[in-house]
Amino acid sequence: MTTTDIETTTHDLSVTHRAASETHLDAVGISAWFSGTRVLEDVSLSVPPATVTALIGPSGCGKSTFLRILNRMHESIPGAQMAGEVRLNGDDIYAPGVRVTTVRKRIGMVFQKPNPFPAMSIGDNVTAGLALTRTKVSRSQRAELIETSLTRAGLWREVKDRLDQPGSALSGGQQQRLCIARALAVQPDVLLMDEPCSALDPTSTRRIEETIHELRSEVTIVIVTHNMQQAVRVSQQAAFFLAEEGQPGGIVEQGSTDDVFHRPQDPRTAKYVHGDFG
Amino acid sequence: MSTSASSTPTTLRSHSEPRLLEPGLERSDRIFHGLSTLTGAFVLLVTGGIGLFLGLQAIPTLRHYGLSFFTTVVWQPELDHIGIAAVLLGTLEVALVAMTLAFPLALMLALFISDYAPVKIKSYLVSAVDLMAAVPSIIYGLWGFFLLQPHAITLSRWLSQHFGWFPLFHVDTDPNAAVWQQSRYTSSVFIAGAAVSMMAIPLACAVMRAVFDQAPQGEREAAMALGGTRFGVVRTVVLPFARGGIIGGSMLALGRALGETAAVLIIISPAYEIKFRVLEAGTQTISALIAGNFGNATASQLSALMTAGFVLFLITLLVNTAAAVIIRRSRSGAGTDI
Repeated sequence: MTTTDIETTTHDLSVTHRAASETHLDAVGISAWFSGTRVLEDVSLSVPPATVTALIGPSGCGKSTFLRILNRMHESIPGAQMAGEVRLNGDDIYAPGVRVTTVRKRIGMVFQKPNPFPAMSIGDNVTAGLALTRTKVSRSQRAELIETSLTRAGLWREVKDRLDQPGSALSGGQQQRLCIARALAVQPDVLLMDEPCSALDPTSTRRIEETIHELRSEVTIVIVTHNMQQAVRVSQQAAFFLAEEGQPGGIVEQGSTDDVFHRPQDPRTAKYVHGDFG
Repeated sequence: MSTSASSTPTTLRSHSEPRLLEPGLERSDRIFHGLSTLTGAFVLLVTGGIGLFLGLQAIPTLRHYGLSFFTTVVWQPELDHIGIAAVLLGTLEVALVAMTLAFPLALMLALFISDYAPVKIKSYLVSAVDLMAAVPSIIYGLWGFFLLQPHAITLSRWLSQHFGWFPLFHVDTDPNAAVWQQSRYTSSVFIAGAAVSMMAIPLACAVMRAVFDQAPQGEREAAMALGGTRFGVVRTVVLPFARGGIIGGSMLALGRALGETAAVLIIISPAYEIKFRVLEAGTQTISALIAGNFGNATASQLSALMTAGFVLFLITLLVNTAAAVIIRRSRSGAGTDI
């Protein structure tokens, strides 16, 4: 795979580029506010390399906000503020002089609702990140990148004969996998997924879970999910978020998925994973 | 089959044909429905009435002059020699100059408001643009004549000095003369167009901004999350989404520019000739022709002016209808009212 050219152009972040399997992502003391209202308080989470970390918890507890802080999407909302540090391989992505575009390129994101660019073909959707970051690739490199990205996202066989058709013509599940392919094409070290299956049917959900399994060795993944079984199926690490009435959200318990789901330390975690509330 | 079913209610209805249902309207609904239908009909009646009125008025003129009404350059009613060839060209030139200036400005302004301006000042900017649309056109005319023109002619001269070889920028005088003939550069299509552009900008900008604001948040976030800059988001998401709105908004503004009267009347000095030298003094537009002449026109001259007005009416109708169709057909315009 001829990705070296693409990677060398992404070197403007002060940290050195490593293979994804060595990428550490650490959030330290994260707080967040929307228009002055605190929604997250002092949340710390370490994401080890080549793992899938599931963020679970009831609605409105700040999981998605936390996720969006990990790639600086949070600050794009008017009135949104944050405190704390997010370290990618030890370097704070919020440090002065770090370009937000570089951060987002290295920490990709897949959203709850599939959002392919409707005016673009399937192929152009996959390489949209290159155009957006003004990364030049040759025609053959581009074709190869489209194939590898779509293959990694588990969509190649379904769309290889219609790459020039609009992305909006695909089914919801296919669109979401196209969005995963699009995120992978920029060669991120970390992939954030914000309830990627909540708008999809069970078959599409299973396909995406398989994709997550296959990606794990190459990309560090953090996934927000409301589906307990999904968290158990795809993740090795889990963090349970909870916000008490009128209080900012935080992590109640974190650890290996096995521990959090089968040997929870906190009674609130036990209650939630057994489906008693949320 | 269905007729027998309706006469004998006990037999089974036909399942192959849709049933006729009574509209379930309450009395108050019916009253409001009637009133709103009436208002809608009134709008159509007024527009149709204007067209019909102008059309009827145009008949004697068209019968008298025939096709020469469209090919005659001069407007000399005393010699019974009139036509709209020059004024039609002047109208189009003023409108096109106005749009050349207004389009990029309106586009940038709309993008700034929708995508770059801090949230705090966004609403003020929107009101400022609306205010710009509310300024009477006579004010823009005075502004163009007294404030803009003295400075704009320097630009006109510079353009004709350096690009005079291009017919559009040529002025029939020596541009390099030590004492330059300022009056050759005043009252031109360019200056009238610049004043008219001030009225076209808020209209085009308002439509464009409304459409830019509708660009889906999900797609904007997708572009951002891929490492796109703000301009990248604009280029990848906002502009492709808003294409119909950009074209439609510009055409609406063009319709406005074609009909603008007061500002043009103040600025231009009437000249009836076929020329494309936009920097040179003298031109005439249909609306300025009508406004300047109907006061002391005889009955037949009045009919000729009405005919010119009818032509303008048809052109603006065409432009505005095309704009509406383009906006409505585009993905972005589905929910946009213009």
